[in-house]
Amino acid sequence: MSAPFPSNQPGTRSLSLSKGRGWRRRFDRLTERGSIDDLAERTMISSSERRRTGNRIGMSVTHVFLFITLVIAGLGPILWLAKSAITPTQDTIQQPFALWPNGVDWANLSTAWNDIHIDQYFFNTIVIALGAWFTQLFIATTAGYALSVLRPKYAPILNALVLATLFIPGIVLLVPLYLTIVNPPFLPDGANLLNNYLAVWLPMGANAFNILLVKRFFDNLPREVFEAAKTDGAGPFRLFWSIVLPMSKPILGVVSVFAIIAAWKDYLWPMLVLPNPAVQPLSVRLPAVQSQTELDVFLAALAIATLIPIAMFLLFQSVFLRSAGLGGAVKG
Amino acid sequence: MTATLPERPAAAAAPPPPAAPMRRKTRRTPLTWYRGGGLWNLLFVLPMLFVFVFFSWSPIVQSVIMSLQKTNMIVSEWVGLDNYVTVLTDPQLGSAVLNTMYFAVLALLFGFPLPLFMAVLMSEVRRGKGLYSALAYLPVVIPPVVAVLLWKFFYDSSPNGVFNTALSWFGIPPQPWISSTAQAMPSLVLEATWAAAGGSIIIYLAALLSVPPELYDAAEVDGAGIWRKVWHVTLPQLRGILFIMLILQVIATAQVFLEPFLFTGGGPAGATKTILLYIYDKAFRNSLGGDYGEATAVSVLLAIVLGILSWLYFKLTNRWSTQ
Repeated sequence: MSAPFPSNQPGTRSLSLSKGRGWRRRFDRLTERGSIDDLAERTMISSSERRRTGNRIGMSVTHVFLFITLVIAGLGPILWLAKSAITPTQDTIQQPFALWPNGVDWANLSTAWNDIHIDQYFFNTIVIALGAWFTQLFIATTAGYALSVLRPKYAPILNALVLATLFIPGIVLLVPLYLTIVNPPFLPDGANLLNNYLAVWLPMGANAFNILLVKRFFDNLPREVFEAAKTDGAGPFRLFWSIVLPMSKPILGVVSVFAIIAAWKDYLWPMLVLPNPAVQPLSVRLPAVQSQTELDVFLAALAIATLIPIAMFLLFQSVFLRSAGLGGAVKG
Repeated sequence: MTATLPERPAAAAAPPPPAAPMRRKTRRTPLTWYRGGGLWNLLFVLPMLFVFVFFSWSPIVQSVIMSLQKTNMIVSEWVGLDNYVTVLTDPQLGSAVLNTMYFAVLALLFGFPLPLFMAVLMSEVRRGKGLYSALAYLPVVIPPVVAVLLWKFFYDSSPNGVFNTALSWFGIPPQPWISSTAQAMPSLVLEATWAAAGGSIIIYLAALLSVPPELYDAAEVDGAGIWRKVWHVTLPQLRGILFIMLILQVIATAQVFLEPFLFTGGGPAGATKTILLYIYDKAFRNSLGGDYGEATAVSVLLAIVLGILSWLYFKLTNRWSTQ
């Protein structure tokens, strides 16, 4: 079960239909060229207006307002969590904003890591995210290549069937998809995929948004290169592996970000198909262990769970923001 | 790509009809199929076919079938529209629909104008735009489950609770937050807005860049000040993306699950039980096997409503992008 895909749709629309205007242009800019900052031409307020004293004061006030609001709302909760992760329970409860009135308790982190097995769940989360990433990339690129470059006779039908699933909200699949996992029609009777990571990976692969995104990108690759490669004797697989994929790094980056974030965030679906605590990811385990865990250790566990997504964001900030501007698909 | 190899020389030797010399009929045999790349096509289509058949297309069909059946994992019997009648006459579904609509309306009031406002301000500052974008986006990066559990602690109703402590600095008395029926839903919406605003801000920032600068030049020639430019140029230019975001938000809020499930479990006194929680309770709450028929009936009804909205969205964006 992927993140509710409606939030994916602006990108889809723009990619599949518009021809060279608005969205399309922005898509090219966002995927191929630098960051949002580079695109600025002139904005609403003109240079001459900026020089006026009243407006200059106004801009300063705007700066201060933006800075304070965004630091409090964006950074505040994370800083508070980081502080509380190493604060004893009583201090956090009695003076939530005091900075370590009775000293720092580093042991919270190791207790969370070892005693409530955050290490295990952390590992599970990473395995789930990597598998979901690979599955989605594999399905989206092979399908995109078939629909855009190979184009068998039945390609338009497949394309329409994939597009149609964009209109159907994920929720309608919940129960039948669960029953498919409990009793998969492609496995012998009695076998099921419960507690198997394939139950998370495979449904995430059936992501129409990814396929359309990749297909649209492949559609824009220069055909002459393909013809040249074919003349040189490259078969369909070599064309795919050595020509098309290396030319598609920007879109593969976007799909990767979507895939990993969706897998990291997912809650309801892994909770349903991974009932065994030993294989559950952090998102499922954290609410489950809350009641038996002391507050300071629990907050330390929350902090650890936030660490990798924040680190990834700081490392790949431009990819994240470009992806978000492209489709808003990260809201999930 | 298609099979145009002269497969049978005998047929090729026959004089072709002069009107259509290119329309030579070649028989399609497994060999022509293979030479035309049919096997490769199939190999590349197969992974997608597999996941879509089993995890998308057949579950969609199944959910319609199941909504017309009574199922208990072993045997299923057809019951016509009984499931639909049962759920539509269930007052609990009525209140779940009302709760969901309440959530959606509050989310529109809090959550819709705020990111637009922030994006317009952020697009005008010359320096620090990258920093502001990153700060605004940080809450989106926090895993939603972590965010909800953290806010659940923030919402502690005791005077020492995190938010209540902050309120006390301004002389505001402690609030009950998620423990009262009146404040539970607004509290959930507040958290959801905080968690999602960053994504919308980034989308609006990108959209603001596509407003043609000439329009601002022209407005200035006509003597428009800053506020009139916002009102008469920026907002009309953004109306397309604003409507898209509106529909997307309605579609997303209609399926809200995580917040009510983890914050309140639908309480207090059912005040935050949404449609998805209702479906979840029907299907999965009972460990002996849920009422899948009734659960899918509600899913199908919800899907029809949301499908119409998606279609509307599709039509509108289509019109705007081809204009």
